[in-house]
Amino acid sequence: MRLLIKNGRVIDPASKTDEILDVLIDNSRIANISKDIKNGSSQIIDATGKIIIPGIVDMHVHLREPGREDKETVLTGTLAALKGGVTSVLAMANTNPAMDCPESLDILKQIIKKSAKCNVYICAAITKKRQGRELVNIARLKKSGAVALSDDGVSVDEKVLFSKAVKKAKQSGILIICHCEDLRLSGGGVMNLGAVSTRLGLKGIPRESEYKRVERDIILAKETLGSVHIAHVSCKESVDIIAQAKKKGAKVTAETAPHYFTLTEEAVSGYNTNMKMNPPLRTQADRQAIIEGLKSGVIDAIASDHAPHTVNEKDVEFDRAEFGTIGLETSLSLGITELVDKNILTWPELVKKFCLNPSKILKIDKGTLRAGADADIAIVSADKEWTVDKKALISKSKNSSFLGRKLKGIVEYTICRGEIVYKYGIHR
Amino acid sequence: MTNTAWTRKDLLGLEDLSREEIELILATAETFKEVSTREIKKVPALRGKTVVNLFFEPSTRTRVSFEVAAKRLSADVINIAVETSSVKKGETLIDTGTNIQALKADIIVMRHNCSGAAQVFAQHVDLSVVNAGDGWHEHPTQALLDIFTLKEKLGKIEGLNVTIVGDIAHSRVARSNIWGLSKLGAKVTVCAPKMLIPAGFEVFPAQVTHNLDEALAKADAVNVLRMQFERDGQTAFPEQMEYFRNFGITEERIAKAKKNILVMHPGPLNRGIEISSEVADGQNSVILEQVTNGIAVRMAVLFLVAQARDRKNAIANKKRPRN
Repeated sequence: MRLLIKNGRVIDPASKTDEILDVLIDNSRIANISKDIKNGSSQIIDATGKIIIPGIVDMHVHLREPGREDKETVLTGTLAALKGGVTSVLAMANTNPAMDCPESLDILKQIIKKSAKCNVYICAAITKKRQGRELVNIARLKKSGAVALSDDGVSVDEKVLFSKAVKKAKQSGILIICHCEDLRLSGGGVMNLGAVSTRLGLKGIPRESEYKRVERDIILAKETLGSVHIAHVSCKESVDIIAQAKKKGAKVTAETAPHYFTLTEEAVSGYNTNMKMNPPLRTQADRQAIIEGLKSGVIDAIASDHAPHTVNEKDVEFDRAEFGTIGLETSLSLGITELVDKNILTWPELVKKFCLNPSKILKIDKGTLRAGADADIAIVSADKEWTVDKKALISKSKNSSFLGRKLKGIVEYTICRGEIVYKYGIHR
Repeated sequence: MTNTAWTRKDLLGLEDLSREEIELILATAETFKEVSTREIKKVPALRGKTVVNLFFEPSTRTRVSFEVAAKRLSADVINIAVETSSVKKGETLIDTGTNIQALKADIIVMRHNCSGAAQVFAQHVDLSVVNAGDGWHEHPTQALLDIFTLKEKLGKIEGLNVTIVGDIAHSRVARSNIWGLSKLGAKVTVCAPKMLIPAGFEVFPAQVTHNLDEALAKADAVNVLRMQFERDGQTAFPEQMEYFRNFGITEERIAKAKKNILVMHPGPLNRGIEISSEVADGQNSVILEQVTNGIAVRMAVLFLVAQARDRKNAIANKKRPRN
């Protein structure tokens, strides 16, 4: 099966490409990228006026399966991904059972084989049951196919245990992803500690609970000569700490999520539980620091932290609502609306954050459009506007922070391993 | 008198209210206060209406005050306490609300331990919601009765110096008082140990001091908050005796203050903890008058929200085409 995409603006930072070109796909791989490819027998997509980018690699996604199929499944989550131009996701380990042994990974691998609509990579846990007490068998999990390790949702409190994990992960050549939070400092808070939490009478989460743990994790990684990736960076101090560490040559990478460069704690006014997430939405100064961090390169990647929750878990008192927002379907549009349109990032820079850098961090062969690479592609109409509508969301859960918001950029086609798996509005 | 019309079907807090709206409640309360002095303490203003007191948190005085207020307006009153309701069986807040709505109740008076609960609730039901205290957020009728008492005693609010002493961080009474008083032109000072002033407090129109004598020096009134030493145990909390020494309202301190300083307290009193018995029972104290005024203020609130809802429904019915 051959597919020819004609006349689109091809953006591929890996090969420093940014020009109007044709892309020929043959047998699930990119066969050729050049001007005026002639090929009569191919199926043709006219991409005139559109942008062709590598399929997005979203390195922070909660697919919830196995265990919480009422929130999301591998099927619904990956369908949502395709709508957002995402062709690879890293599935987080906080499932039930947790991804802490090869047997659990096997369960998930079976589900993926049966129902995934895009590439799903597995992030295994760092500790058994994610309880922070006993390390998983890192080498075996790596062998079972895990591409990263994280107890996401919680941090490994025990210093010694965490150091050991970083060391072992280094030996096995696998990445540790840190959910940086000191729960003793979070103290049961439900939003950022500050003016808004005080006005609303809600218990605040101090910023220290994040950045002190970022600091600790980077120091411990340095001591053990290992590397760590900091998930969902939300506050200024974290950005500063990561910047300093990078300057000194520490092997650390970082991601943020679209809600942290788009929203602030003010959004919680009115007790909208879709604005409740962990780490919490911070202040305007933090948002600015995140934006600067993306611009300067301190923050390497954008990942959605897609965290689906049912209506029953969100349509309750703010204190009792679950933390998290879904993000797969809005991530790219937010990047376009908030970063490219506002001249913070260029298109190639945005593609780096969404595609190339996460692939490099995870050491997976994705995120590029060079000839020979997997034909994972998103074709985007950058100027088309749409409004986030609950009814139109594909994800099983509808807890989006961006409901009712007008965004720029829609995905016209998503191509995964050479197949058109999504055409605007229609999954195939 | 003001010409503002009351249009809100709910009273959720004082932060959102305009000065005129607050003045309207106070003026309405003034007219209702007289009812409680009659031989037959009843007017038919809410006859045929059902008021549900829905309390997710134990409270006696606020609940009783609302109950008396509703009954003096001739409403039927139903009390639901969390211990006896299905909430413990896992019913959601919103289900509870829609069920009460299905009973054709007209007003829900709601107390809840989560901030924002009344607001979430009001978004899901058509009936009137009166916030009787939500978490640390707001307790509008308490602040209104405090303000009503102040105005009754001192003739005005504009320009008054009011000091609030106590656990500001966890106090909905403090928050509602600060909004209400500042909107009416009073100068509010809060006084508490550092650990009980929450982060980002600058968002409130109030001065902060940690020195009680300083806070009392210029005060026309002091509102003493109830100290709850049994609180969460996670946040730093002062030691009880030390608190009384530094922040307790005593005769000596009152003697140094303005001669006619009013001493208020939302109750229930912790005698010897935040206030000495001598002061609580002394001539500056208006604590029991606050309780009496609470009835009038709550009558006014119930009346105004019911009227606004009726008016809204009447307009909606008019618009609805008849077959």
